[in-house]
Amino acid sequence: MKSAKLTKEEVKHVAKLANLTLTEAEIEKFQKQLSAVLGYVEILSQVQTAGVEPTSQVTGLENVLREDKADSCLSQTEALSGAKNQTKGLFKTKAILK
Amino acid sequence: MVQLCQLTIQEAQEGLKQKEFSSVELVTSCLERIKKLNSQINAFITVCEKEALQEAGKADKIINHKSSIINHQSLFGIPIAIKDNFCTKEIKTTAASKVLEDYVPVYDATAVERLKKAGAIIIGKTNHDAWAHGSSGENSDFGPTKNPWDLECVPGGSSSGSAAAVASDMALGATGTDTGGSIRLPASFCNLVGLKPSYGRVSRYGVIAMASSLDAIGHLTKTVFDSALLLNVTAGLDGKDATCPGQPVPDYTLNIKKGVKGIKVGVPREYFVEGMDQEVKRKVKEALSQLENLGAQIVEVSLPHTKYANPAYYLIQTSEVSSNLARYDGIRYGASREKFGDEAKRRIMLGTYSLSAGYYDQYYLKAQKVRTLIKEDFDKAFALCDCLLAPVSPTLPFKLGEKTDDPLKMYLSDIFTVTANLVGIPALAIPAGFVDNSPVGIQLLGPQFSEERLFQVGFAFEQATKYYEEKPKL
Repeated sequence: MKSAKLTKEEVKHVAKLANLTLTEAEIEKFQKQLSAVLGYVEILSQVQTAGVEPTSQVTGLENVLREDKADSCLSQTEALSGAKNQTKGLFKTKAILK
Repeated sequence: MVQLCQLTIQEAQEGLKQKEFSSVELVTSCLERIKKLNSQINAFITVCEKEALQEAGKADKIINHKSSIINHQSLFGIPIAIKDNFCTKEIKTTAASKVLEDYVPVYDATAVERLKKAGAIIIGKTNHDAWAHGSSGENSDFGPTKNPWDLECVPGGSSSGSAAAVASDMALGATGTDTGGSIRLPASFCNLVGLKPSYGRVSRYGVIAMASSLDAIGHLTKTVFDSALLLNVTAGLDGKDATCPGQPVPDYTLNIKKGVKGIKVGVPREYFVEGMDQEVKRKVKEALSQLENLGAQIVEVSLPHTKYANPAYYLIQTSEVSSNLARYDGIRYGASREKFGDEAKRRIMLGTYSLSAGYYDQYYLKAQKVRTLIKEDFDKAFALCDCLLAPVSPTLPFKLGEKTDDPLKMYLSDIFTVTANLVGIPALAIPAGFVDNSPVGIQLLGPQFSEERLFQVGFAFEQATKYYEEKPKL
């Protein structure tokens, strides 16, 4: 495993990927705390895992399907009930295309 | 003079059936308890006083006509508290976060729907670590919850409010979620029974997701019988949750008195580690002797990958958290991501980092492979015994503020509980006594879908020790 110390740049990069805005003070605080946790999990590099299949779920279920038939769903009013910005029955959001 | 709110669900069922008291009287008793203590303990974010009394009144009308309804709807007229990460239709659901401060769901979680169908009355929504991220209750955006046994101590988390509510008799039972120990740790710190069912035993639909391959939907109760009763209601296939196997649901209360004669209880040697509180170790050893006296056979087993479980957990869990919390963008519901607290931000970033290009293999994928090895450890152990007994917490309930300056210190509270989530097996936390008035719990772990056996062993131990008769001095 690479060294567990996170740089400030890496913290900023991760925050951007995660759509989180951090203050300078937060970047420094989280840099320390996250580096410590990454140091802690480094112990996993001791484990021999060659040829071991990863476990992503424990049920063993596959392809759980239902009939392709329209079922009941929320009404438009219900679906919009939590939105702070709405107009003409639509969710309103910031423009991403000019 | 026993107050109605001090009853167990089983006792309340009987009392309502015999018309010794009404549901309104029972609910009122809980509401008065809440009024008296909640400002000190902060167990509830929302109290549904008006709705609960209304429902209780309706329930009483039906009980007066036909009290036999209680035979078909086992929770008829019984006040239950719901952890605030379960969606409750038309009742504010915050996940204890400012991001969802004024979110009102338009639907019920399946678990809530089933409890309501069984006649349960929702008395309120309980406080917890925001997004279920925490082991103490101190990460709530609505203030920490206090331990009713010692108001300077944490009740454990993340289901802190649910534990405090049941332990102080504000409700007769409460729902919880357990992703890395969040039902079992608070149960253990508050002298309660806490069930983490097998993964997929109870539908996760409508419960605000934390880590989708680890989340388990369970509950905290005063007794083992009550726990079995609640599982009867919530367990089973749900068309809205594709991760529920079609395992049939037995009546978990039917053979609960079977006893432990001939049962092999495995003790994993790696769970008795350096740095573990000596008093906790002693209580666990006492519990083992007690089970032996009751006819169980104690078998030493080994779970060699134990020390890798917590690190693997914190990689897998945070990765899944980063994905599940991506939906909170303030567009369809909730406030902007700026309102996330520190712990949420930490976990999102850790997860994002572990999943990002260049790091995925060495962190997330590696942890998933270690997870396979941990599961194999348990499969081998269960070939030698019927269930395992282990401590829940490496320490006694700790003081508020003791671990909040160091996130890693807090994460170490979970070393004994995360394995059950990684492997998807059921675990039942039960009271094992007190050290200087501080509750200590133990947990029973079993193969997937062995909840019936865990209840049997737990019930036998509980009836021989009767720790549930102790109440905090409030």
